Amino acid sequence: MDWLNSIVQGVLVGGLYALFAAGLSLIFGVMRLVNIAHGDLIVLAAYLALATTQTLGVGPLGSLLVIVPLMALIGYTLQRFVLNRTLGEDLLPPLLVTFGLSVILQNGLLQVFTADSRKLQAGLIETASIPIAEGLSLGVLPLLQFIVAVAVIAGLQALFYNTPMGRAFRATSDDPSTAQLVGLDNRHVFGLAMALSLAVTAVAGVFLGVRANFDPSIGPARLIFGFEAVIIGGLGNLWGTLAGGIILGVAQAVGAKLDPGWQLLAGHLAFLFILAIRPQGLFPRVQD
Amino acid sequence: MSETLLSVKNLEAFYGDFQALFGVSLEIGAGEVVAIVGANGAGKSTLFKTIAGQIPSRRDAVTFAGEPIGGLRAHDIVRRGVALVPEGRRLFRSLSVQENLQIGGQAGRKGAWTLERVYGLFPALRERRAQPAAELSGGQQQMVAIGRALMSNPKLLLCDEISLGLAPIIVRDIYARLPMIVAEGTSLAIVEQDIVQALAASTKVYCLQEGRVALAGASQSVTREKIAAAYFGV
Amino acid sequence: MSAQAAHIETATRASRIGVVAIALALAALAAAPFLTDGANLSLLAQIYAYLALATLWNLLAGFSGLVSVGQHAWVGLGGYGLFALTIFGGLHPFAAIPVAGAVAALAAVPVAGLLFRLRGSYFAIGSWVVAEVMRLAASQISALGGGSGTSLPVRVVASIAASRQEREFAVYWSALALVVAILALTIWLLRSRWGLSLRAIHNNELAAVSNGVEVARVRLFVYVLTAAGTAMIGALIFLQKLRISPDAAFSVNDWTAFVIFITVIGGVGRIEGPVVGVVVFFVLRQTLADLGTIYLMMLGLVAILVMLKAPQGVWGLVADKWGVEIVPLQRRVIYAKSAPGEPASARKEEPKP
Ligand SMILES: Nc1ncnc2c1ncn2[C@@H]1O[C@H](COP(=O)(O)OP(=O)(O)OP(=O)(O)O)[C@@H](O)[C@H]1O
Ligand SMILES: [Mg+2]
Repeated sequence: MDWLNSIVQGVLVGGLYALFAAGLSLIFGVMRLVNIAHGDLIVLAAYLALATTQTLGVGPLGSLLVIVPLMALIGYTLQRFVLNRTLGEDLLPPLLVTFGLSVILQNGLLQVFTADSRKLQAGLIETASIPIAEGLSLGVLPLLQFIVAVAVIAGLQALFYNTPMGRAFRATSDDPSTAQLVGLDNRHVFGLAMALSLAVTAVAGVFLGVRANFDPSIGPARLIFGFEAVIIGGLGNLWGTLAGGIILGVAQAVGAKLDPGWQLLAGHLAFLFILAIRPQGLFPRVQD
Repeated sequence: MSETLLSVKNLEAFYGDFQALFGVSLEIGAGEVVAIVGANGAGKSTLFKTIAGQIPSRRDAVTFAGEPIGGLRAHDIVRRGVALVPEGRRLFRSLSVQENLQIGGQAGRKGAWTLERVYGLFPALRERRAQPAAELSGGQQQMVAIGRALMSNPKLLLCDEISLGLAPIIVRDIYARLPMIVAEGTSLAIVEQDIVQALAASTKVYCLQEGRVALAGASQSVTREKIAAAYFGV
Repeated sequence: MSAQAAHIETATRASRIGVVAIALALAALAAAPFLTDGANLSLLAQIYAYLALATLWNLLAGFSGLVSVGQHAWVGLGGYGLFALTIFGGLHPFAAIPVAGAVAALAAVPVAGLLFRLRGSYFAIGSWVVAEVMRLAASQISALGGGSGTSLPVRVVASIAASRQEREFAVYWSALALVVAILALTIWLLRSRWGLSLRAIHNNELAAVSNGVEVARVRLFVYVLTAAGTAMIGALIFLQKLRISPDAAFSVNDWTAFVIFITVIGGVGRIEGPVVGVVVFFVLRQTLADLGTIYLMMLGLVAILVMLKAPQGVWGLVADKWGVEIVPLQRRVIYAKSAPGEPASARKEEPKP
C-alpha cells in the first residue's frame, strides 16, 4: 500500500509537470522556438501570484484571475518586441536570447524578492484529503491540480483542433510564408501563441507555489522537467505530454521511495532511458 | 477599356543580390482576365509574389484600387483584396480540406464567396472536406488552393500555374470554372505555360522575358509567331 | 590557370603583425609570476580559464552548430575527476588533469550518442539535463563530501609544489599552457580539412548533409574534444580553488552562462571573439561586480542586445568595419605574379560543402 501510495502521488505530481510542459510544447509546435526562460517564467508567475494574494487579499486560486491575463500579456509583449526578432534559420539567436532572459529573470526576482523560500498559502484545502482505502488517500490539492492539468490540456487540444485560432497556429506551423498569403500576420500569431503559453505557465506557477516552497533559483529545474515530459511523450502530442509528465512524476516518486536522494536522479534517468530506447518519444504525433 | 484595378509601374525585384525583375509595367482592369506567359525563369512567379507582398518592392511600384500597396506585408495585401494561388499550391498539410478553405476566409473580407459557394464551384471537394488536404489528387488540391484564395473574397485573384502537373482533362475542367469567378466581379491574372490555353482564357496577355515585358497586347490580336519571338527573344 | 603557379597561403598582413604581437605578449604573460603579486596571478589564471572555456564553446556552438547549454557538466566532471584521481588514485595533480580530460572524453561518447538524437534547440536543453544528472550523481558520492563537497587533502596540496608561492606559479603556468594549447588546437582544427567540413555544416547544413557520415563523425569528434578540453580546464579551476562541491562544480551560471555571454559579446563563430569577450567580461566584472544581481542582469541584457542588434559581436563589428582578420581561417589562393594573364590578387577559396 505504501508503494501504491507513492505511485499515486507521482501520478498527481505528473499533472503539474505536464502543465510545465504544455506551454513549452505549444510554442515549439507553432514556431519551433525553445524558450530556455520557460522555467523562470513559471517561477515569475508564482511570485506574481504571491504579490497578488498579499495585496488583494485573495487566495492563490483567486489570484489566477489576475495572473493568467497578466502572464498572457507579458507573453504577447515579449514575443512581439523581443522574440520575433530572433526567429529565422539560425537557432543560436532564440536560444541565447531566452538564455539571457532566464538570467535576467532569476536575478531580477532575487533582487526584488530575495533568496528566501516562499509559499502560497491555500488554507484548509492544503491538508484536506479523501481516504480511498487503508493507507491510501488522495490529497484534495494534488487531485485538484491533476484535474486542472487534464482540463488545461483538453482545453488546449480543443483550441488547437476546433477553433480559428488553433487553425491559424497549425497553418503557421506548417508553412509560415503561405500563412501570410491567407491573411495571417505571423508576428501576431506568434504573439498569441506565446500569450497562450504563458497563460498556461501562470496556472503552473500558482500550483507550483501552493504545492511547495519556491525561490528565484528553481526555474531551470522546472524547464528541465517540462522538457523531459515533452520528449518522453513525443513531440507535438499534448496527451503524450501528459503521459510524459506522469511517467516522470512516477519515476521520481519511486526513486524517492528507494532513497530520498534519488528522487530527481530517477526522473532524469527515466528520461535518458526513454531517449535511448525510443528517441521519438512514446507517443509521437503521426506525421502525414 | 474598363477602369484600372491594378497598375504595376517600373517594378524591380531582387533575391538578395540577384535581380529578377527589371522595370516591369502592366495594368489589369476590373473584370479582366490577364494572362502572363514566358519561359522558365522569366520572372512570372516573382511578379506575382511581389504583387502579393512576399517579396518587397517600392511603395509606388504597385497601385491597387487607387492605393499604393508596393512593399506592404502579404497579410495586409490579402486584406485589401489581392489573393494569390501560389505555384505548387502550398496547401497546409495538417489542415483538412475544409479547414484549408476556412483559413482562407479568416482574412475577414465579406463578399459572395462562402464555404457553400466554393463547394458549389468545386463539388468534388464537399465529400472530401474532412480529409487532410495532402490526401487529395493533384487536381482536387488545386481546387482547394483556388477555393482557399477565393474565400478571402478578392477583387483580384492571381493564379500561378494552376495547370502544373495536371492531366489535360482536369486542366480543362478547372479552366471551365474561371468564368464563374469572374462573374462574381473578381479580376483574374493567370500565369500559364500552355499558350493556347492562356490566350483562350484571357482578354489581355503579357509576355515576360528575362525579367522584362517583351510583349503586351489583346489576346485575340497577338499571333503565335509574335509570342514565340517574345518568349525566346529571337 | 596553372596549379603550379599558385600556392595557398593562410596569412594576411594583419595576421603576420599579429603573430609577432602574440609572441611578445606570451613572453610577457609567461614572466608574469615574477612581475606581479598572487592576487593578480590568480585573476589572470581565471581569465585564461574563461578564455579556454569560451573558445571551446565557440568551437562547439559557433562553428559546429552544437548549441550546448550544459558545458558545466564537463567542468564539474573535470573538477570531480581531479579530486577523485588524486585522493583515491594517488595521482599527482598535474598528471590527474589530462587523465580527467581522457575520462571526460570517454564519458562524452555515450552522452553524445544520446544527445545527438535531439534536434537543434532540444539538444541544448538535453545537454543541461546531462549536467543535472552529473551534479546529482556527484552529491551522492559521500567519500567526496556528498552535497556539501570537500577540500583537497593537505598531502595532495603539498605534492603540487614545495611552497605556496611555487604552487601558485605552477598552477598559473599550467593554466597559461593549457589555454595556449587549446587555442592553438582550435585554430589548427578549424584550418584543417575537418574545419572546412565544420564550416560547411554551419553555413549550409542541407548541402553538407549530402555527406552525412562525415558530418556525424566531425560533430562527434568536436563534441568529445570539447568535453575533454572543458574537463581539463575544470580540473585546473578546482586545483586552484582547492575545494569542490556539486553546486560550485556544476554551476550553470559560472561555467555556462558566463562562457556563453563572453562568446556572444565578443563574437560567435570567430576565433578572436572569445578573446575580446573575455576582456569585456573581466573589465565589467572588476568594475561592476559589487552590484551583484544587477551586474548579472546587465550582463544578460548586454548579451541579448548584442544578439539582436549586432549578432556578429564586438569583434565582428571591428573586423567587418576595418577588414582585419588576425587569425584567418579562410585559405587564400595566391597566384604567382609570373603566371601569364592571371591576376596577382588573392582570391578566397570557398569551402566546398
Ligand atoms: N528564391 C529564389 N532565390 C534566388 N533566385 C530565385 C528564387 N526564385 C527564383 N529565382 C530566380 O529568379 C528568376 C525568376 O524566377 P521565377 O520563379 O519568377 O520564374 P518563373 O517565370 O516563374 O519560372 P517558372 O516557369 O519556372 O515558374 C529565375 O532566374 C530564378 O532562378
Ligand atoms: Mg513560376
